[in-house]
Amino acid sequence: MANNKVFHVMYDDDHTLLEAAKQLVSQGVHVKDVFSPFPVHGLDPIIGVKRTRLAITSFMYATTGTLLAIFGTWYFMIHDWPMNIGGKPSFSWIENAPAFVPVMFEFSVFCGAHGMAITYLLRNGTLPGMPASNPDPRTTDDKFVMEIVTEDNHGFSVSELEEKIRGTQVYELSIKDC
Amino acid sequence: MAMMGIGLVSAGLGWAADKTDHHQYWWAMLLICGFFFFGASIAALFFYALQYAAEVAWSSQLKRLFEALFSYVPYGLGVIFIVLLVGQFHGHHLYHWMDSNLYNEFLADGTPNPDYDSIIAGKRPFLSPWFFWLRFAVYAITFVWFAKYFRKWSLKEDEIGGTEIHFRMYRRGALFLVFFAVFSSTLAWDWLMSIDTHWYSTMYGWYIFSGMWVSAMILGTLLLIWLRKKGYYAHINESHIHDMGKWMFAISMLWSYLWFCQYMLIWYSDIPEEIMYFKTRYDHYMGAMWGIFFVNFAVPFYTLIARDAKRNTKFLWRVGIIILCSHFADLYLAVIPGTIHGHLMWGFGEGHHVSFTWWFEIGMFIGFLGLFIRVVLTALSKARLVPAKHPFLDESINHHI
Repeated sequence: MANNKVFHVMYDDDHTLLEAAKQLVSQGVHVKDVFSPFPVHGLDPIIGVKRTRLAITSFMYATTGTLLAIFGTWYFMIHDWPMNIGGKPSFSWIENAPAFVPVMFEFSVFCGAHGMAITYLLRNGTLPGMPASNPDPRTTDDKFVMEIVTEDNHGFSVSELEEKIRGTQVYELSIKDC
Repeated sequence: MAMMGIGLVSAGLGWAADKTDHHQYWWAMLLICGFFFFGASIAALFFYALQYAAEVAWSSQLKRLFEALFSYVPYGLGVIFIVLLVGQFHGHHLYHWMDSNLYNEFLADGTPNPDYDSIIAGKRPFLSPWFFWLRFAVYAITFVWFAKYFRKWSLKEDEIGGTEIHFRMYRRGALFLVFFAVFSSTLAWDWLMSIDTHWYSTMYGWYIFSGMWVSAMILGTLLLIWLRKKGYYAHINESHIHDMGKWMFAISMLWSYLWFCQYMLIWYSDIPEEIMYFKTRYDHYMGAMWGIFFVNFAVPFYTLIARDAKRNTKFLWRVGIIILCSHFADLYLAVIPGTIHGHLMWGFGEGHHVSFTWWFEIGMFIGFLGLFIRVVLTALSKARLVPAKHPFLDESINHHI
């Protein structure tokens, strides 16, 4: 679709970015995404980003880790090759459980942290070697880019949208076809 | 007042019904109640000092609430003082080591003393009465002095403003933490661990301290929720509630961690003199011990881990009350097995089987809770609820996470 445009609006301060986002959203403009070098506090609710479900995945990974550790300690230490360490009863998992708690704890943390980190990188498309998706390399330094597409904003013409965007403290603006 | 009435009546009836030697059980219960609320208030003082030392801004609106909680410190010390004093004059035998007969290897006529206890005699320097009472005096003077000092300057700040008082409190807060780091452990040894005189654990002070701290955080959160419901604290938003919920969650985990570390190391090394503490609990209170650990660990872990749960005041209220009662039960279990040498059974019994009467324990708890609430609310009503000129006040009002 030739008449679909994408606006890349650059700001040079997180505070002006926040103000601009508030101003545009209050005028009914839909902001598709923001690229920034660091998490901007309070931006998500303004542009209507849903709360991340990363915490829930982390809990699930950690629970998986706990269960794996329970299975592992049972299989290695009780079932496959029962070991007698310090005279502890070696044929019952539950009676040995306190000794296994550190393993369970560490493995839960390990699985929770790694699972969460890998999910995060996958969802963001930032695993090592993946192509960069940010519109301007300066967003990894000290600039902030707001992405607005006409597809989301059928209520406004391109020139109306541009006018509204120019009404904020823009540092640089680029309009491209998409 | 009604709650204090219930407490007095049940304390009186409990005294009459208690058939144990020297009303041992009654005194033990007084120690538990006295220590529980003293612990919560001294931990509130600790938290208050911590807020200053760490220059925390979000909690600055809540400082009067913690001031009110630690206004109970002198009362709590008073109850413990009574218990210890009566013990020192042999009105009860909660503290076996207070019996001076244990320390002499030979009787006056040169024959071996049948009561001589070499382990306790080895601890004589630490447990000698003058040193024990000197420590009590040092704790009491330090705690009361700091509590009065913070309160006095906090009220002055309301009138004068500026940052000079703030930095003075900052320095005193850090200083208090230095004292409290040592005293929180040693007072737990003195008043609780010495009940099981033959046993010791290096984790014990921390374990008791974390229980005190989580009780303080729960009481603070409950009081905050109640006050908000009454229409006070207009500038306390969900983020503050969330932060209090985080403290409840975090310190519950700290307690679980310390409890388990103490348990696991003793269980693993299996050394006779170390396992005695858990052996008595295993033999007579197995269900209670694991039940309390489960409630204090699993309940806050699974209920408070979610963000929304920590922001829901109704939910926090319920979970808080459950954990608070469970931490009271935990302190009960730390004191009772060492003081009542035998089974606890339902109903006041005689002989070896000492009783567990639900109305007596609950009545004493309610009575002390009533006293605590009264002292705290009186202190709360004597000053502005939100400090007027705290330098961080603005940041606290705009707190958002």
